[in-house]
Amino acid sequence: MKKLLVLTAALMAPAAHADVTFLGWGGAYGRAQTEAHLKPFTEATGIRTVMTDTDNPAAPVKAMVEANNVTANIVSLEQADVIRLCDEGLLEEIDPAALAPAPDGTPAADDFLPGALTDCGVATDVWATVFAYDDSRFPDAKPTTIADFFDLEKFPGKRGIRKGAKTTLEMALMADGVPASDVYEMLETPEGIDRAFAKLDTIKSEVVWWEAGAQPPQLLADGEVVMSTVYNGRIFAAAMNENKPFVTVWDGMQYEFEVYAIPKGAPDLDDAMEFMSWSTETQNLANLTKYISYGPTRKSTAAVKKTWEDGTTDMEAHLPTSPQNMTNSLETSFEFWVDYDSELNERFNAWLAS
Amino acid sequence: MEGRPLKQALARAQSRAKRRALLLVVPLLLFIVVTFVAPIGQMLLRSVHNDAFARNMPNVGAWFAENDGAPDEAAYSALVADLRLARENRTAGEVGTRINYELGGTRSLFTSGARGADDLEPPFATSLVEDDAKWADPQLWQVMRTASHAYTASFYLAALDLTRDGDGNIVRVPEGRAVYLSLFAKTFALSALITAICLLLGYPVAHLLATLPLAKSNLLMILVLLPFWTSLLVRTTSWMVLLQEQGVINNTLVATGITDTRLPMIYNQTGTVIAMVHILLPFMILPLYSVMRPIRPHYVRAARSLGATSWTAFRRVYLPQTVPGIGAGALLVFILAVGYYITPALVGGASGQLISNLIAYHMQDSLNWSMAAALAAILLAAVLLLYWLYDRLIGIDNMKLG
Repeated sequence: MKKLLVLTAALMAPAAHADVTFLGWGGAYGRAQTEAHLKPFTEATGIRTVMTDTDNPAAPVKAMVEANNVTANIVSLEQADVIRLCDEGLLEEIDPAALAPAPDGTPAADDFLPGALTDCGVATDVWATVFAYDDSRFPDAKPTTIADFFDLEKFPGKRGIRKGAKTTLEMALMADGVPASDVYEMLETPEGIDRAFAKLDTIKSEVVWWEAGAQPPQLLADGEVVMSTVYNGRIFAAAMNENKPFVTVWDGMQYEFEVYAIPKGAPDLDDAMEFMSWSTETQNLANLTKYISYGPTRKSTAAVKKTWEDGTTDMEAHLPTSPQNMTNSLETSFEFWVDYDSELNERFNAWLAS
Repeated sequence: MEGRPLKQALARAQSRAKRRALLLVVPLLLFIVVTFVAPIGQMLLRSVHNDAFARNMPNVGAWFAENDGAPDEAAYSALVADLRLARENRTAGEVGTRINYELGGTRSLFTSGARGADDLEPPFATSLVEDDAKWADPQLWQVMRTASHAYTASFYLAALDLTRDGDGNIVRVPEGRAVYLSLFAKTFALSALITAICLLLGYPVAHLLATLPLAKSNLLMILVLLPFWTSLLVRTTSWMVLLQEQGVINNTLVATGITDTRLPMIYNQTGTVIAMVHILLPFMILPLYSVMRPIRPHYVRAARSLGATSWTAFRRVYLPQTVPGIGAGALLVFILAVGYYITPALVGGASGQLISNLIAYHMQDSLNWSMAAALAAILLAAVLLLYWLYDRLIGIDNMKLG
């Protein structure tokens, strides 16, 4: 296996030499990073950049570092992978002092959202699991809280939920009235787990379980479900690009960070660091929202006007980081899920099958 | 010139020919070894071998090798030494993951334990437990003892809904967490059902194909083969369009007034069975057809002329001649159904899950490859057992694939 990975890494050497080689996810997200960060960075500094796509950049990072043939010097990773790879010594450590301060002079360490800066990574944006409903199915009262998602009497109809314990159990507890700050503490106890499953039992017969992120907008469009949990970027894109009457409910949303990191032993370390610092400046972080509805991670971006590609839609209402959307929200706990993932998913699968 | 004995010369010539023949097979042999035997061997090895703990925690492993029973101060100090080592080599995550497979909530115990290990003062039995009371859990020590051997049966136990308690006895897992045995049973039951439906639907079609004049049967054959050549995903998603609650079939049923309530035909077992029957049907029809085609109609006619009813003639004369096709088709469909993954994942919802979906879950999401390997190995063993049974009951020589 290791040999195979080494071989893949060797074959993945970039076609042309660039000073910043970016390893990203491709798709709409990769496009957003290219348009908002890579191209303007080259224009501003003259440092060449190249974008390479993979399914999940965490796997090639491990392969490259272990093969001692690191070709990329900036990678886009999930927070969970950053912490794991950093634990295994596969990423360069990043000094927050090297990052640009906010326009008003606040140092980066105080300007980033809590948890956005870790030993080896700088979070660039926040994505969230929210729930959305089809406006045309509820002509009178509309769902507004996470509790409404579980209210079959007031809002009858099928619900879509991601098939898996992660985010589902947290959502059930929040709908049952548990404050976001107590959710993980409660899920560590058997009573808390029972309480979450008991809450899920109340809607089990009406649930359509989805697996791929593209499914929930489709299920809503087909009328298979009246509401569904969904990734906020997906549902925003469906509403914008296809003019669907989908409404996002932010109450009880759960968010995670997406992070820029530098693989251990990366070439052109200075250029990589310059890119890291430049792209996480307040204005440049905010520019990402022009192409994707993920929230910037600096508090100072609140003062920056953020507009969608079409030039008219104000993004403030559509971002997970906007204060009005964060009133009842939960940061997904990486530590909790590495500990309890297998145990709770076993329980979840047994519960599904029963 | 002195002649060689004929026998010797012949043997030499023959062995040369054999070697040359072997050379022709070598590419295929290599291909099978590289793409089939080696991966399966590696998978089987992975299901019993996981050295993440044994490799990175040498001191406590040595203590386990020499001592039985409850951990003493020596055990705790070995553990702390290992945690310091893990901190240095950044392996605490790997070790914690291994233990976490068997005891939930322990990965962070190891990572945070390793982070704080440098500051601990002896006696470690008290200072470590003061740090986190979980370190005193007898079950944790039991799991570490098992994990200190690179070779372990733990993954097979877990795959059979078994676990070890604090004393090392093998016990059933609690009711709420037992999932695999019932899922294995469900997988085999659903596969048998799908095979039976395929046989019932496919037999008449194959018979029709075999008895029609060639021009017509060729046209019909294309109708069988076209879906067979169509992408699996396309066929599965078209079933989603047809079967969903706002789908074509339900709309028609409601519009014509046959039912008022829309039938749930997808995202459950029904959906899995319907879609899989459709996808696997050609695998039943084709072997049946190839067996039925050469059966001459004279036999049945002869039976009829000797006074057999049409049912008797079918049962005593025609059916026995098609058994090799039934056997081949049923075995093919059953084995394919047992390992099916993408269709149940897309249309199975909660109740239409098969064991392969959990194998995929362990491969892709939980990254517990040893567990995935153990589940896959059990599935492989069960299929081989069925194959052996089939061979004993019907005889593998009796099978005709085409």
